Amino acid sequence: MSLLDIDNVSRVYAMGGLLSRRQVQAVDGVSFSLDAARPEIFTIIGESGSGKTTLARMILGMVPPTGGSIRFQGGDITAVHTRAGRLRVMRQMQPIFQNPFEAFNPLKRVDRYLFTTAQRFTDQAPDQAADRALRQVGLSLHEVRNRFPHELSGGQLQRVAIARALIPAPALIIADEPVSMVDASLRMSIVSLFRSLRDELRVSIIYITHDLATAYAISDRIIIMRYGKVVEAGDARTVLDNPQHPYSILLKSSVLSPDVPALEDSPHA
Amino acid sequence: MTLTIDNLRAYYISSGREVRAVDDVSLTVQTNEIYGIAGESSSGKTTLIKTIAGAARPPLRIHSGSIRFDFPNRTVAMQTATETELAEIRWKHLSYVMQGSMNVLNPVRRVRHSFIDFAYRHIGGAMPDFFTTIKDHLQRLQLQPEVLDAYPHELSGGMRQRVAIALATVCRPDFIIADEPTTALDVVVQKSVLTLIRDVQRALGSSMLFVTHDMAVHANLCDRLGIMYAGRLVEEGRTADLFRSPTHPYTRHLIASLPRIGAMATAPNLAGSPPNLANPPPGCRFHPRCPLAIARCREDVPAMVQTGDGHRVACFVTAP
Repeated sequence: MSLLDIDNVSRVYAMGGLLSRRQVQAVDGVSFSLDAARPEIFTIIGESGSGKTTLARMILGMVPPTGGSIRFQGGDITAVHTRAGRLRVMRQMQPIFQNPFEAFNPLKRVDRYLFTTAQRFTDQAPDQAADRALRQVGLSLHEVRNRFPHELSGGQLQRVAIARALIPAPALIIADEPVSMVDASLRMSIVSLFRSLRDELRVSIIYITHDLATAYAISDRIIIMRYGKVVEAGDARTVLDNPQHPYSILLKSSVLSPDVPALEDSPHA
Repeated sequence: MTLTIDNLRAYYISSGREVRAVDDVSLTVQTNEIYGIAGESSSGKTTLIKTIAGAARPPLRIHSGSIRFDFPNRTVAMQTATETELAEIRWKHLSYVMQGSMNVLNPVRRVRHSFIDFAYRHIGGAMPDFFTTIKDHLQRLQLQPEVLDAYPHELSGGMRQRVAIALATVCRPDFIIADEPTTALDVVVQKSVLTLIRDVQRALGSSMLFVTHDMAVHANLCDRLGIMYAGRLVEEGRTADLFRSPTHPYTRHLIASLPRIGAMATAPNLAGSPPNLANPPPGCRFHPRCPLAIARCREDVPAMVQTGDGHRVACFVTAP
């Protein structure tokens, strides 16, 4: 059975005023599917404006597609209109957003988010459910209880966001640039967490990023998007080791390597 | 045009609480050099350069130490400089590309007005001549003259970032301070902006202080690099030396933890998190997380010692 079926999905935004109306094709005929029996980390790579976030929002049911269909566990995501239906979907599919400092209300204690999610989606005691989820990401309720977002570091806060997404025991997590606001030295530890979630909890993860290095380390399959279209798709290692499309080649060559300091034109070399 | 910082301490003081964001930092930036400052968030990088740029406002105060700019024809001590003195050197001698600087442009005015506001009183002359200068400079940053007539929202992030860099460099400053100027950009744009920054810096012969937490950017741009941890400088050296043979345990961790294309294994993560600077641990501030810590690290503060040609390290274990 398939977990997620995306078939020729498009999204057009209309921009500008009445007289200068322009159409922007944010996502243009994207198709892929995830298999429920084989959890994987599926990575979407692209720059700003490539349509990767629009695609994620359509999968989450936040934006309706203007063409094509999105089926999650067999059901059409655009046909979900009731609150009960929405909760049923969210129990199986959870988001993680880019900036943890914006995702959490600065005036609300972070543990409250965990408790609300636990009450809404599980029958367990909120404390227990929250603590178990936090332990899966290397934290504990003891460290987080009664803390406000500003009392935690960006890396800790993003791990709390991941723990929150884990509480309903979802089948799919959609992570939109989860590490781009986190220090480079912490990125690997957070994305490695995704790998262990896939192996231990058998969660599929759609990982959206523009960072090729972390994508290489954890992805099973990737697609590279540009201007709403998929320009290259396939096994992550195969694509990134030997990109074929000119845009993928440009993207790979633009990644700054920390290994070879460029000193040729430095007066101090 | 050199910058000399001696034993600088800058604290945030509010309702009796002292946050020692910069504690005893000494460094020098030479003429025509790009000096990088690296460290994770809340290591004091931005506080350090705010103080250096003369932009310290309460609750941030300079507690002690000195910051001295030696420009070709004048010397300015930043810790005692008056507002008039700062206004004279700002933009012409010393310019500052702030964090999130693609959002500094006035959203309701065309870009040309920002140039008039910032640069006209330093460049002067007839308005058409002034704009010829501006257009020549924009060309150097690969921007079309038409951007002058655009509103900021009509430009992409990369273009706005280049406009901000153009603003900061158009008066041919002797010294440029840049705080995370490329962090918000995509990889392809980031690479071109970094190349432009270096080209402009070389063309003007300016010195530059470049701050980011992204080690890969430092590796590709900076001549020398200083690593900050919890408000202190822990290691300093030429970029190539620092990447090839990091000495301080924190620098080693920082370099080992970088994601690389082609690498599957991940370095073990450091336990714990950076200390709260309102109540930092005694001794070396890294000792609670350091795999090599010895008894002395818990009591004494290690000083920066010279370990090689231009390489300084503050560690009792790796640089005794």
